[in-house]
Amino acid sequence: MIRFEDVSVTYDGAQGPTVRGIGLHVPEGELMLLAGPSGVGKSTLLGAVSGLVPHFTGGTLAGRVTVAGRDTRTHKPRELADVVGTVGQDPLAHFVTDTVEDELAYGMESLGLPAPVMRRRVEETLDLLGLADLRDRPIATLSGGQQQRVAIGSVLTPHPRVLVLDEPTSALDPAAAEEVLSVLQRLVHDLGTTVLMAEHRLERVIQYADQVALLPAAGEPLRVGDPAAIMAESPVFPPVVGLGRLAGWDPLPLTVRNARRAAGPLRDRLSALPPHQAPSPLQTPPPNQAPPAIEERGPGRSPVASAHVPLVETRGLSVRRGRIEALRRVDLQVAGGEIVALMGRNGAGKSTLLSTLVGLVKPTTGTATVGGADPHRATPRELIRKVGLVPQEPRDLLCADTVAAECAAADKDADAAPGTCRALLSDLLPGIADGTHPRDLSEGQRLTLALAIVLTAAPPLLLLDEPTRGLDYAAKTRLVAVLRNLSAAGHAIVMATHDVELAAELTHRVAILADGEVVADGPTPDIVTSSPSFAPQVAKILAPQRWLTVSQVEKALA
Amino acid sequence: MAVSSLRAPRAHRSNAVHPGAWWIWALGLGTAASRTTNPLLLALLIGVAGYVVAARRTEAPWARSYGAFVKLGLAVIGIRLVFAVFLGSPIPGTHLVVTLPEVPLPDWAQGVRIGGRVTLEGLVFAFYDGLKLATLLICVGAANALASPSRLLKSLPGALYEAGVAVVVAMTFAPNLIADVRRLRAARRLRGRPDSGLRGLLQVGLPVLEGALERSVSLAAAMDARGYGRTAEVPPAVRRATAALTLGGLIGVCAGTYGLLASSGAGYGLPVLLAGVAAALGGLWLGGRRTVRTRYRPDVWGVRAWLVAASGAAAAAVMVWSGGQDPAALQPPVVPLAMPQLPLWPAAGILLGLLPAFVTPAPHPPTKPTEAAS
Repeated sequence: MIRFEDVSVTYDGAQGPTVRGIGLHVPEGELMLLAGPSGVGKSTLLGAVSGLVPHFTGGTLAGRVTVAGRDTRTHKPRELADVVGTVGQDPLAHFVTDTVEDELAYGMESLGLPAPVMRRRVEETLDLLGLADLRDRPIATLSGGQQQRVAIGSVLTPHPRVLVLDEPTSALDPAAAEEVLSVLQRLVHDLGTTVLMAEHRLERVIQYADQVALLPAAGEPLRVGDPAAIMAESPVFPPVVGLGRLAGWDPLPLTVRNARRAAGPLRDRLSALPPHQAPSPLQTPPPNQAPPAIEERGPGRSPVASAHVPLVETRGLSVRRGRIEALRRVDLQVAGGEIVALMGRNGAGKSTLLSTLVGLVKPTTGTATVGGADPHRATPRELIRKVGLVPQEPRDLLCADTVAAECAAADKDADAAPGTCRALLSDLLPGIADGTHPRDLSEGQRLTLALAIVLTAAPPLLLLDEPTRGLDYAAKTRLVAVLRNLSAAGHAIVMATHDVELAAELTHRVAILADGEVVADGPTPDIVTSSPSFAPQVAKILAPQRWLTVSQVEKALA
Repeated sequence: MAVSSLRAPRAHRSNAVHPGAWWIWALGLGTAASRTTNPLLLALLIGVAGYVVAARRTEAPWARSYGAFVKLGLAVIGIRLVFAVFLGSPIPGTHLVVTLPEVPLPDWAQGVRIGGRVTLEGLVFAFYDGLKLATLLICVGAANALASPSRLLKSLPGALYEAGVAVVVAMTFAPNLIADVRRLRAARRLRGRPDSGLRGLLQVGLPVLEGALERSVSLAAAMDARGYGRTAEVPPAVRRATAALTLGGLIGVCAGTYGLLASSGAGYGLPVLLAGVAAALGGLWLGGRRTVRTRYRPDVWGVRAWLVAASGAAAAAVMVWSGGQDPAALQPPVVPLAMPQLPLWPAAGILLGLLPAFVTPAPHPPTKPTEAAS
């Protein structure tokens, strides 16, 4: 269905080709997953299928790409619109109209389908994607998962034979991601649609793939094969594969279910371990701090007594935005050295809570104190010494032309000694050149730069909003190491995340928000193992034992 | 017959009132406003427009623009009054409010005055005038709040549709830009820099424009990939005829308009103008054959749309008619100062404009929208 013949793409002004010598054939009705670390050209390959590369992006494409027999060299993207549907990383950049129903119809209108056909397909698609209740809603008022489903629906209605998706689940909470993936699976099974998608969060998608195409590193040849065979050697792999490799399971299981069936002997070995090696959630316990307070909710709740003044304290914090109550009576305390994850579905109020803690949002009622101060009353200069936030889009923080200028500006903003920020950056991630434009950095590098800028003022409290969005496993591992060191040095870290694996690996405590209220707050193992949608893969495989990550298991077995 | 069956139905897509009807209604009210300076009638018009908006607007983003138009109207009144105070007013008045120091101006600036006497008559006249303009703005705002701009676009002829999409996309840019400015100012605060003041705003200017450019490029890519701009093959003869008709039509429109406006050419002006319009329409119709687009559920012009449009037109007609009958009631004199009277017939005509609040489908009670960005 999709055929790449010896394809190389070179962008204008680039040193060499971004992808080189790609030969790939995706048969009709298959779901192929494109895997690999960041920056190896996955998005370029996906763009070449719809013809956007090179017709829209510029650059030179050598070789030949054909989709359903049409050569992208002679067919512009708009002439491929009836066979290829493309959804990019950011669904908001995809929408042309303003309501759900119009958006679903837009592609068909462009193709000139008759009105009765359009009407029927819109109704079918609304049902297929569970959007019927949202049909008249303005798109801007939908949550991230709903927007992603609308974006997929909008390319489905013209009945394309090929669907190309770039990170369809990276911005979604676990439940919404499952929703989107099950829709994709239905399309493949029921309609015979061919799907090619790239995704960093392999733990979410690998089980759905018929084949995996792996780009192991920039410039290396593409390897295509059965998911289990590819995963056995891939540099990027989900925890279930990590555990399988550790335990030497053959064939390598890709789903939690298959892994559980193979895991009997491993569970026996682990349960026979002496008790002191039993899993402890706090690999780096908070230095000289009281154990994380578990909030007791309900009447008669007394304030948690603690010898220490917590770094962050919110009491009855509520925030209203117009008619929406974004937060309702949130009580949260975080002590120095603690790492807390805020989880919950898109729109649950995680970002609002973080914004309140840095004073971007004023509490409607209740109080939020950070290091004894009221964040929204503090001047920006005072504030950065108390709390730093790395926003969802780290690029927002960056405003200079070069990394060096960015670091110098950060030193000046924080009144730090010149070179402080640069030294921090080199510590966190060596090898970023001074003269690079921040825009040219990879996602992981950009995040690290933003982190270094925020840390220049040495705030005791660090807030991160979706830090692992768009990061590959290597970048994530580095981030985990960096944050652990910061926590060991006494920084309190609060992060909003959808990434259950990250929460399991890194955090001491998880607070789950729903509709602006804290519905659960407690030590990470207790919270994540008690709910299937927040449980990491290892916990699911080794339940009822409470292991959370591959590295825990590895350490215990060593 | 049960009373409930007389009430307006719940709104959904199929019974939505044609956006053109809303615009005719609003322009009708606007025409009525332009015919009077009577503050009571103008207030009544604002009340009618406001009531209909309150009763029938949805939670959609475009519906929020009404508040902006109201604020703009207030600003217009304010500016008009400030001008009247500082630049004087041509209205002769006897009720002195205050005498400002007058700036002496050279001879060549005769007729211009800065400072000087401020009379109550002048202020009242300026207020009436400003209120008229504000009412016009509020009527336009009401149309904006009630009719979705993109649905209006669907009623355009095929040849203009694609240009129209570009316009709508451009219009959605303003809210996006504002969101960007907010986000980047927040980011400045996170870096410990002052986030308020003009300087802060200027420094986020460049990143905001960069972001806007990036977004427009990715939107263009998405639109292209979804078939925007697909054309059908048409014979070259048709293409040439389209070009000739459109160009000739436009020239005809220009020449005809000139003829109508110039004193000498009144004889040939009208026929040339009409011929030009006809040719241009023909060009558009032929041009529409190149586009392959079809339309999904275009709004139908039904009985309710007729009622909405007719109520606006009736309000305008009554006002124009009574302007001929009793001009003094519509333009209350400010010299000498007198309490304006509420003339019966024009007021009744304006109240006809309330009809849409009862006959158009009622929107659903507001649901709790999920936050777009978590």
